[in-house]
Amino acid sequence: MTYITAFVSGLLFGLGLLISGMNDPAKVRAFLDIFGVWRPELIAVMAAAVVTFFVAFQFSKRRVKPLFASAFHMPSLSVVDMRLLSGAVMFGVGWGLVGLCPGPALVDVLSGNESVLLFVGALVAGNRLAHVLIGPVKTSN
Amino acid sequence: MWDEIFGGLLIGLAAAVLWLGVGRISGMTGVLSSVFQFRNPDRHWSWAFLAGLMLAWPMVQLVDYPAPISITDKPFLLIAAGLLVGFGTYVGNGCTSGHGVCGMGRLSFRSAVATVTFMLAGVITVAVMTALEVQI
Repeated sequence: MTYITAFVSGLLFGLGLLISGMNDPAKVRAFLDIFGVWRPELIAVMAAAVVTFFVAFQFSKRRVKPLFASAFHMPSLSVVDMRLLSGAVMFGVGWGLVGLCPGPALVDVLSGNESVLLFVGALVAGNRLAHVLIGPVKTSN
Repeated sequence: MWDEIFGGLLIGLAAAVLWLGVGRISGMTGVLSSVFQFRNPDRHWSWAFLAGLMLAWPMVQLVDYPAPISITDKPFLLIAAGLLVGFGTYVGNGCTSGHGVCGMGRLSFRSAVATVTFMLAGVITVAVMTALEVQI
């Protein structure tokens, strides 16, 4: 059931990204272009998603464990440090350059668009490079 | 506007399904890192998630839903951006999904700071590119 649940979740996530237009780099860059021809619609995607997950998360507090697993894997980090901030800045700059963040980039892979494939190749390389050079945050999770 | 709201609801529902079903945060950065942890059975769910995620594209093609992809064709921009996003999200432990949707939905201060930071960086980057008249 773990794998079926994860598959369904991934599919719903991908459909949501495609229906909302988050997968379109031009639309994302127009959303970030607040000093230009700003297209603010994508804020509705974030708002609707955050509110929905907020409700689910509140509900989960009354449960000891998830339906098909032994425990909720709650993120253990809460500090705001230079690692978090520098990572977020690098991500934001890359996001603004092309208009793709990881989820939409992966959703667009099977379109076969060559620009998307080149971006995803570099995305994976960047992820592995950071893994080798910096490594994961030490946590008990 | 309704497409955005409906899409956002689906994304939130997807995150709810993964959290309530198997107790995992649906963050793409985490998924991306997890698929490489072949020998860790605790991370194998990420392969199923990724398969579902990637099959969304062929599925919307079946029903002829318009899902345009307008993207630069400049290799330098694409490689630089991909490396920055891949490296930055690993270092910052999350992206628009993990920090933006799930983190903010959990009311995590750390995730809210991350989200505001990468959004500001994105806004500034687009503004600077416009000012410098960078052709994309």
